[in-house]
Amino acid sequence: MPETSRDLQLTADGELRHFLAIEGLDQALLTRILDTADSFIEVGERTIKKVPLLRGRTVVNLFFEPSTRTRSTFELAAKRLSADVLNLDIGTSATSKGESLSDTLLNLRAMASDMFVMRHSQSGAPHFVAQSVTPDVAIINAGDGRHEHPTQAMLDMLTIRQHMKTFSGLRVAIVGDVQHSRVARSQIRALNTLGVDEVRLIAPDTLLPHEPEALGARVFHRMEEGLRNVDVIIMLRLQHERMEGALLPSESEFYRMYGLTREKLAYANPGALVMHPGPINRGVEIESAVADGPQSVILGQVTNGIAVRMAVMSMSMGGQLNERQSATGEGVAST
Amino acid sequence: MQDIEQLLDRMTDDLREHINARGLSSLCPVGIRTGGVWVAQALRERLGIQAECGELDITFYRDDFSRIGLHPRVSPSRLPFETEGQHLLLVDDVIMSGRTIRAAMNELFDYGRPESITLAALVDLGRRELPIQPDVTGTHETLGPRQRIKLRGPESLELAVEEVPDA
Amino acid sequence: MKWRVDNVHPVIDGEPAVEATSALVVDGRIAALGAGLSGERVEREVDGAGQWLLPGLIDLNCHLPEPGSDRGGSIESETRAAARGGFTTVCTTPDTSPVNDSSAVTHLIRDVAERNGHTRVLPVGALTRGLEGERLSDMAGLTRAGCVALGNGGHATASSRVLRRCMAYAHTFDIRLFLQPENASLASDGCAHDGLVAARLGLPGIPEVAETTAVNELLMLAEETGANLHIGPLSCARSVTLVRAAKEAGHSVTAEVGIAHLVATEAAIEGYNGTFHSRPPLRTEADRRALLEGVESGVIDAIVSQHRPSDKAAKLAPFPETQPGLSTVESTLSLGLERVAAGELSRGALLRALTSGPARVLGLDAPTIAEDSVADLTLVAPEQHWMPAVGSLYSAGPHLPVMERELPGVVMLTAVDGRIRHEHEGDGS
Repeated sequence: MPETSRDLQLTADGELRHFLAIEGLDQALLTRILDTADSFIEVGERTIKKVPLLRGRTVVNLFFEPSTRTRSTFELAAKRLSADVLNLDIGTSATSKGESLSDTLLNLRAMASDMFVMRHSQSGAPHFVAQSVTPDVAIINAGDGRHEHPTQAMLDMLTIRQHMKTFSGLRVAIVGDVQHSRVARSQIRALNTLGVDEVRLIAPDTLLPHEPEALGARVFHRMEEGLRNVDVIIMLRLQHERMEGALLPSESEFYRMYGLTREKLAYANPGALVMHPGPINRGVEIESAVADGPQSVILGQVTNGIAVRMAVMSMSMGGQLNERQSATGEGVAST
Repeated sequence: MQDIEQLLDRMTDDLREHINARGLSSLCPVGIRTGGVWVAQALRERLGIQAECGELDITFYRDDFSRIGLHPRVSPSRLPFETEGQHLLLVDDVIMSGRTIRAAMNELFDYGRPESITLAALVDLGRRELPIQPDVTGTHETLGPRQRIKLRGPESLELAVEEVPDA
Repeated sequence: MKWRVDNVHPVIDGEPAVEATSALVVDGRIAALGAGLSGERVEREVDGAGQWLLPGLIDLNCHLPEPGSDRGGSIESETRAAARGGFTTVCTTPDTSPVNDSSAVTHLIRDVAERNGHTRVLPVGALTRGLEGERLSDMAGLTRAGCVALGNGGHATASSRVLRRCMAYAHTFDIRLFLQPENASLASDGCAHDGLVAARLGLPGIPEVAETTAVNELLMLAEETGANLHIGPLSCARSVTLVRAAKEAGHSVTAEVGIAHLVATEAAIEGYNGTFHSRPPLRTEADRRALLEGVESGVIDAIVSQHRPSDKAAKLAPFPETQPGLSTVESTLSLGLERVAAGELSRGALLRALTSGPARVLGLDAPTIAEDSVADLTLVAPEQHWMPAVGSLYSAGPHLPVMERELPGVVMLTAVDGRIRHEHEGDGS
């Protein structure tokens, strides 16, 4: 049934025109995103780190939830594609004046925006925008509620591919607050679509979604069991609100049971990759020695992040422009 | 179709003349994917150039992005040398409108300012849309309206004329 | 006014009579029933063309957005839609703006309905002041002003203690309570059934236990206080089980289900379709089937429209921010007939759940087609089809469970108190 998800993100030819969710995209397309990102990594190694793909286009960063890190990588990615960038922290301004999301966006579109990078606290918000408000503006989901954070997942996939070379045969464990993590949802889908052997979730019941099978993962409650034979470990950030919401007794109990220490790391396969979408809470999710240790690839994700975002932005922009061409029914005169 | 080896020999001779006439000390070969890379490698061997061949993927510099979007198969360019201050030998298998060469040059300049660029093309089909001409050419050919030319390789290079199938 | 309808099959207790007959309506009552009535001079003759003549349908849960803002309709527009749907009586909900927690508001509703309404309008007042769930409303006053029941309008009470006191006080005056079962803290910020679809879409879920624990609590408190409890709309199979057990143990509780929950499941919200954002949420197929079974067996006494019209803007937002509710009153009967055609519900059970069932909940005599009975009449052409379409709706709310598709059963005529309030235009609308 997720046909809706797929149709909305793709042109009739199967090209990307919005990047809203991993769900609905097939292995070939995800692989293409990774391959394209590889090329953008190379661009980042040159003197002039720009390519002219989005020259003359306007990209608007619409962050309804604050985030300096994600927003700056999107901004940098857009600039490296030679786009003009507008940053709008809508968070409190327009909606506090009572302007609806629809109206805010329609006003922006009137300013000739070609692409919105959206982060919103409600699941399905970018979907809503792409479907009902501005379908001809490329929408890139920078995180919606508890639903997905697809660019983060893709950069994690790129990291895994760089170190492990292939996805088949891998066992990947995601540890921590899966229930509230949109990153985890995107990661689970991406891992399954790219063909890993198994995705495992390791967490107490209060931090797991009610239907983990719906997402395609196997549940474990103990690190020792869950990490056995695992090749990649992804630690999720634990937010302080979880203690207040009666989901966990304390950070120290979490660290004792689920924190990735050197001892627990030993349960996994030798050389297993240690990842964390960041920012990390040392002594809560992970021991410093592990975070800084030889198996950790936590730092150095920034390059991948910019490259992946350049890839989805250029692919989506290309798809949108293609659609416009088909819509007008004529090619632009030979350029 | 003419014998490739003969074309490559002729190009090599012309290049040697060109190098002497311009007084170029060293040349770094850069081929445009994919056919241009094969030709560049062949020329590099014949000329006895030390430097490894660079490989240029011009996908991000094409001028038709707004018409056809991003090409599905892009792979990273690879230039194993500094372009800044270098004499470059830019090689492609086929030149027609000239747009590919323009894109390639734009990309090369984003790596660093070369001292000079010498352009070599195996086949020149005419039909220029931009004022760009190779310094060294293997052969000039004219194609019928439904024909295209393809360089097959990389083992034994071979030029073939194909009929374009009905769209 | 005197008029006659010929060639109809009266439906008694859910079964259409085999023989066609005529009904003569004089001064709001059925003056005569049978053949050979053509002698009497009448102001209108209606050709029933072999259709069903039903006692007017009764809707126990139909939100009329007046008093309120102008968005999403008025008493006039929505009762007109209800009449088109074959309803002759609708019960409003207390969550108007201002809330119907005073006799002044009750009188206002009755006055406007009297002047502009196209059906009977029975107001349901608020159980607590402002529906805030803390203080008792003037229950006796509201009842005297004309409220047929008091309800929570889907709003939870502040605590079980307050709820118990509300029920005990209501029992004093034998006031009927229409209570929607939802445990606020378990429902939390959920907006969809806490199942597979919500998990995939990342939507905060409302678990089954949010309803079943509330159903349990209401049943036990009703038993203890003796309150006259009508519970619903229900959405879970387990809720039906709990109500069945209570009835079998001899408790006099009644229950309702919204038509949307008999027709759709959580699958309807795929792609973040805000039209199907409902409260209670649409749940699984197993729940839907159990609810149908509940209607069939009579455990669920009434099918309601749970009509909740809203304007376009109300659904134009990310899913959790959309207004819950569908515009259902115009198509409730047809949607029910579609279930009958699909073999999921018997015709008898459907029609009883729209007539005698709700009447029993309200403590009214079973509506019937007989000489001297009140002429609240619905004439239905069960073999004909119609298509709900944006341009031709009577309701101000365009969010129907089924749009732009043919539905069975056209209401040809609706009469309230003998007065014809709706007639079908034969142009396919």
